[in-house]
Amino acid sequence: MSNPLPTVEIEDYKFGFHYPDASVFKTRKGLDDEVVRAISQHKNEPEWMTDFRLRSLAEFRKKPMPNWGADLSDIDFDEIYYYAKPSENQSKTWDDVPESIKETFDRIGIPEAERKFLAGVGAQYDSEMVYHSIQKELSDQGVIFSDPETAVREHPEIVKKYFGTVIPYTDNKFAALNSAVWSGGSFVYIPPGVKVDIPLQAYFRINSENFGQFERTLIIADEGSFVHYVEGCTAPIYATDSLHSAVVEIIALKGARVRYSTVQNWSSDVYNLVTKRAVAYDNATVEWVDGNIGSKRTMKYPSIWLMGEGAHGEVLSIAFAGKGQEQDTGGKAVHAADNTSSVITSKSISKDGGIATYRGHVKVEEGVKNARSHVVCDALIIDPESGTNTYPYMDILSDDVTIEHEAKVSRISEDQLFYLMSRGMSESEAAMMIVNGFLEPLVKQLPMEYAVELNRLIELEMEGSVG
Amino acid sequence: MKIKIKDLHAEINGLKILKGVNLEMESGAVHALMGPNGSGKSTLSNVIFGHPAYDVTGGEILVDGEDILEMGTDERAMLGLFLAFQYPVEIPGVTVGRFLKRAADLHAGEGETKTTGFVKILREMMDYLEIDQQFINRYLNTGFSGGEKKRMEILQMLILKPTFAILDETDSGLDIDALKIVSKGVNKLRGGDFGALIITHYQRILNHIRPDHVHIMYQGRIVTSGGNELVDQLEAKGYDFIKKEFGIEEENDVESVANG
Repeated sequence: MSNPLPTVEIEDYKFGFHYPDASVFKTRKGLDDEVVRAISQHKNEPEWMTDFRLRSLAEFRKKPMPNWGADLSDIDFDEIYYYAKPSENQSKTWDDVPESIKETFDRIGIPEAERKFLAGVGAQYDSEMVYHSIQKELSDQGVIFSDPETAVREHPEIVKKYFGTVIPYTDNKFAALNSAVWSGGSFVYIPPGVKVDIPLQAYFRINSENFGQFERTLIIADEGSFVHYVEGCTAPIYATDSLHSAVVEIIALKGARVRYSTVQNWSSDVYNLVTKRAVAYDNATVEWVDGNIGSKRTMKYPSIWLMGEGAHGEVLSIAFAGKGQEQDTGGKAVHAADNTSSVITSKSISKDGGIATYRGHVKVEEGVKNARSHVVCDALIIDPESGTNTYPYMDILSDDVTIEHEAKVSRISEDQLFYLMSRGMSESEAAMMIVNGFLEPLVKQLPMEYAVELNRLIELEMEGSVG
Repeated sequence: MKIKIKDLHAEINGLKILKGVNLEMESGAVHALMGPNGSGKSTLSNVIFGHPAYDVTGGEILVDGEDILEMGTDERAMLGLFLAFQYPVEIPGVTVGRFLKRAADLHAGEGETKTTGFVKILREMMDYLEIDQQFINRYLNTGFSGGEKKRMEILQMLILKPTFAILDETDSGLDIDALKIVSKGVNKLRGGDFGALIITHYQRILNHIRPDHVHIMYQGRIVTSGGNELVDQLEAKGYDFIKKEFGIEEENDVESVANG
C-alpha cells in the first residue's frame, strides 16, 4: 500500500516576468573587436582600459572551452547580445529610475530590503547599474561603493593597482570573456579600521533575451576593516539561453574581514559561469557564502588564496539542482603562508533529475608550516532520477599540515517520511522538513534575512515534489 | 474511538505476514498485543498507519465506521491515532522543539498553539518524563540512546494527546527505570477517552500498565483474546502453550525473517 502523492501545485519561478526591451543602446549580436570598442567608447573609458579589453578578447578567442564540469556545448557565442544599456543615467533615488525598471525591482523587493536592513544598494539591469546609493555616514567615513565604471573615472589609482590582479584575464576562458566585455558590478573600498556593520547589497537583473551579463566586482578591504557584501540575481524565462559570466575579486588586507554572500536564483535558461577569488593577507579572513538555487548550468568555485600568516578562509556552498539543472559548485583554498586555515563546507540537494556536483581543491604550498584545512561535503538526493558527484582534489606539498575531509551522500528515506507523516505532516511538508534539517547547520550561519530568503526559495523548489 | 480490524491480510515484498487479523478496540481501554517474534505484531502497527512498504491484500480497518486504508499516513494521524515507534527515526537538523511545535500546531487544528503556552507544557512534560530540557534544542532522535528515543516517543504522545495510541515494543531494550518512566507516561493519559494498544513480547511492561484486554498473535492472526489471566498463563507456560492450546501447526519460519 502506498500513500497517494500530494496534489500540490508546483509554483512557477516567481521572477520569470520581463518588460519590453527598452534599451537606449545595444551592441549587435555576437562579439568582435568592434563590439568591444563600442562598449569601451560608450563608457568613455581611458585607453588603458580599452587596451585591457582588447587583450582579453584575444585571450578569450585563444582559450579552449573547459573540457570538464558542466555541459556547455549549447552555448552559441554568436547569438548573444554582449551589451545593453537600459537608461541614460544612473540614479541615486528610486524615483529617478525609469518606471518599468523600478517596477521590476519593486516586484523583487529591493527598495524594501534597502529600507529595512541594508547599508547600501546597487541595482543592475542588463549591462548597467541603474541605481546606486550608500548611507551618508559610511561615505563620510571614506567607504566607496559604486559601479566599477565610476571607479575607473574617479579612483583610477586604486583600480589600476588591483583590477585584474586576483583574477588575471588569462585565468580561464570566461574570465577572459568578462575582462573583454565587462559592464556594471560593484567597486567597494573600505578604509583602514572601518567596520561596516550592516550589509551592502548588489542586485543583478537580466531583462533582455539572448543576453550576456558580465558584471565585474572588486572589493578592497583595507587593514583591520570589515564588510559584508551580498548579491542576489534573477532573470526572465525565455525560450532561448542567456549567459551570466561575472568576475569577482576580493582583496582583504592585513587583519581585514570580508564576507561575501550570494543567493543565486537565475531562471532556468541562464548559463552561470562565474570566477570568484579572494586574497587574504596576514590575519585576514574571507568568507564566501554561496547559495546556488537557479540557473540552467552553474560552474562556480569561490576561492581563497591565503597569502599572509594567520589568514583564514571559509567557503559555505549550498546548491539545489532541480529539473534540467546542473550545479557544478564547490570551493578552493590555497595555503601559501604559515599558520593558515581553511574550511570548505558544501551541501547539495538534487531532485527531478538535477545533478549537483561538488568540485573542490585544497592546495598547500611547499614549505608552508602549520596549515589546517577541513572539508565537508554532504549531498542529499530526493529521488532516484537525480544525481550527485564529488571531486575533492588535494594538492599537499608540505608535511606540516592537518587536513580533514568528510563526504556523505544521503537520500530521503521512506522511513523518515513515514515517521514525520505519522505525526500529522503531509508528505511534502515532511520532505521539506528533512531538507531544511539537512541545510540547517549551514543556514544558521547566514544572517537572518538571507536564511529566510534561502529557505523560501528552497521551499518553492520543493513544492509538490516528493519521490 | 472505535477501531475495527476485519480479516486483514498484508504482505511485504510478496511475503504474507498478516493472514486474517480480526481485532476490535475502543478508546477508554488499554489493550495488550502479545506474541512471539515474527508473529506480525509490528507489521500490524505499520499497516494501521499505512507504511508504504506493506501491501494490504485484503480486509479492512475501520475507525468509527470509516475505512482508513485509502488514507495517507498523515490523515490517519489527524484522526487522533498515534504510533510510538519500535525504532524511532533520526531526523538530523530538525530540533525536538521545532518538530514538536509543528506537530502540536497541526493537531491543534485552526490557529497555531501559542509558543509560550506550548513551551510551558513541553517543559512540564519533559520534567515528568525526566528528560533533560536541553533535548529541546537537540536534533530529533539523532545520536539519542535507545532509552532516550523511547522516552522521546512518549513525550510526543503526551504533547499530541492522541485518542488512541499504539506502542510498538516500546519496552524492548529498556532498563527498569526507563520502563517505569514510559509506563508513567501512558498511565498519565489513561482514563477518559484515551485508549492504547501495547505491543510487547514480554509481560514485564504489563506489570506497570495493567491492560484491560489481552490479545495473543501467532502466525499472522489473533488466536485468542481475554483478560489479564492470559498474561499470567503466558508467563507461566511460554508461547508453546498457545500452540498446543490452539492446535497450531509450525509453518516455515520465513516470517520471522520478514518481521520488522
